[in-house]
Amino acid sequence: MENNTKKLLEIHSLRTYFCVEDQIAKAVDGVDFDIYEGETLGLVGESGSGKSVTGLSILRLIPNPPGFIKEGNILFHGKNLLDLSYTEMRKIRGKEISMIFQEPMTSLNPVFSIGYQLMEVFRFHQNMEKEEAFERSVEMLELVGIPDPRRRMNDYPHQYSGGMRQRVMIAMALSCKPSLLIADEPTTALDVTIQAQVLDLMVNIKKEKVNAAILLITHDLGVVAETCQRVVVMYGGKIQEIAPVHELFHDPRHPYTMGLLKSLPRPDRIKQDRLPTIPGMVPEIFHFPKGCKFCNRCDRKMEKCETIEPELLEISPGRKVRCHLFEGQKHGTDAK
Amino acid sequence: MEQTQNNNILLSVENLRVYFPIYGGVFIKKVAEVKAVDGVSFSIKEGETLGLVGESGCGKSTIGKSIVRLVEPTQGNIVFTKKDGHKVNLVSLNRKEMRPFRADIQMIFQDPYSSLNPRFTIGRIIEEPLEIHCPNMTKQERQNRVKMLLNKVGLNEEQAVRYPHEFSGGQRQRVGIARALSTHPRLVIADEPVSALDVSIQAQVINLLQDLQKEFGLTILFVAHNLAVVEHISSRIVVMYLGNVVEIGQSQDIYHHPKHPYSRALLSAVPLPDPALKDQKKKMILKGEIPSPLAKPSGCAFRTRCPIAKPECAQNIPNLDDIGNGHLVACPYWKELNL
Repeated sequence: MENNTKKLLEIHSLRTYFCVEDQIAKAVDGVDFDIYEGETLGLVGESGSGKSVTGLSILRLIPNPPGFIKEGNILFHGKNLLDLSYTEMRKIRGKEISMIFQEPMTSLNPVFSIGYQLMEVFRFHQNMEKEEAFERSVEMLELVGIPDPRRRMNDYPHQYSGGMRQRVMIAMALSCKPSLLIADEPTTALDVTIQAQVLDLMVNIKKEKVNAAILLITHDLGVVAETCQRVVVMYGGKIQEIAPVHELFHDPRHPYTMGLLKSLPRPDRIKQDRLPTIPGMVPEIFHFPKGCKFCNRCDRKMEKCETIEPELLEISPGRKVRCHLFEGQKHGTDAK
Repeated sequence: MEQTQNNNILLSVENLRVYFPIYGGVFIKKVAEVKAVDGVSFSIKEGETLGLVGESGCGKSTIGKSIVRLVEPTQGNIVFTKKDGHKVNLVSLNRKEMRPFRADIQMIFQDPYSSLNPRFTIGRIIEEPLEIHCPNMTKQERQNRVKMLLNKVGLNEEQAVRYPHEFSGGQRQRVGIARALSTHPRLVIADEPVSALDVSIQAQVINLLQDLQKEFGLTILFVAHNLAVVEHISSRIVVMYLGNVVEIGQSQDIYHHPKHPYSRALLSAVPLPDPALKDQKKKMILKGEIPSPLAKPSGCAFRTRCPIAKPECAQNIPNLDDIGNGHLVACPYWKELNL
């Protein structure tokens, strides 16, 4: 959308592989995208598409072994995160880039009080004294709408409900005012009315810090449509389409994106008797086709799709598609 | 309350209450009760799909489970109409008397990973209900029926010898559906059948359920939290909150003109996959959380989060009033809510 804004994070040809029983599972296989300052970028895909692994790779949280980052660059403020030492990386996690995980039940430590876990962020990253950290933590809890925050500081995670725990995670992730927030399925485990509260809260952090960006990893296209400005669609460890949100939903180009959007029940539109579907299912990671990863489910498959992997082509400013159908339309070659 | 004399009503749930006791203290006395379902009445007509929606903890799954008696109701009646037109109160039956009805009422579970026995082949999983409920069938007949069912749900006959771990989530859910259909059920209770599946697989399973419903003339109680899916598949919808029904109506009416403040909040919270609607849609974000069913608010359970709550709401439990066209709303003040 706003191409003139500054890039906050650049990911270049990221490959994250996992060793599984003598085989290499290419969970993320050559991913390139940028996150601009102040934007909310959606990263969507089904299970096994590599979206979560991409998010974890940015913070270098891939469990090693079995996983490792084969190659790539992740530039954040010009620094390559993959070159940093363990201690340098720790200073970035939670302070400049923070993450919210899907499971609010398992991402808090059950044997420490909520207050202790919140204060840890302030004490580690900002060297605060206990009293000051306590006050700041109470403020954060208040910000995310926990009632009676001073008393609830001493409670343990099991005394909080799912929605409240996810809000504590958000409070923790936001307490150092990070410039990038990676949210991995932040609302999937929550009910819809609580989901609305949590999304509202996340998007509002931009009022706290102007240039903060959010990378929202989700499979829920509704959530993407409501919160994001740009969308990256992944399938089979590769980016299939990048587009501004309005263009993606109203004019999807990749057959996979089209299929996904059509298969959603749309009660706000004229009632269909049957939902259009994408045939087949996501193959197991070792059984993706050799050429285009989607070709065995695609309704517009051509012969070369099976053997030649299409490139991610820029078809108009800010729009990229990985599909042989668009090969002749490379932006810039004939237009200018 | 709805009319139960109607001939084509297959199942009616009357004033159902399911309380779970909580024991504590030195003498393991009953210290409290979780009112999971607190006086629910609705009926399902033959051949229709009734959607049951609500957030976690509202009791929707408990209702499904108490119809097949996987949980024992504390109070109330569940009246099932037999093929010959006789009505039977399932709650009054003992285990043995209940057995023939289990073939008529089958269930599809949410989690396709834990609802199939990992040590049985899928052929055996589908065959087992036949062994129990149709003892007159020969082995050959049973196996033919298993093959037929596998084909019907879009799997291969050859796959009957494989084990559940060899299948993906969507395929396992197909096995669960085949198992539920094996005994010629008249009522299928589908408890969140698609919520564990990927988006592209969800549509396949929904279509399959609809096709099978047409073919076998099934009646479906579709329990789910995803309103878009429920609206698509159901002809009528029951909205629940904290153990109570707050609204019942035709699915179009509920989706496009919800009346109860909770239904309206629930619908406005559903994110639509269309960025152009984002600015038009008025969001109604509820304050606070669902109260624990252990400490249910007095009167109307929704009053602690309701934007139009009045002092009277704490005293009176609202009735389900008919506002016309079979649309029932449990809020006397719904007209006051303007967005």
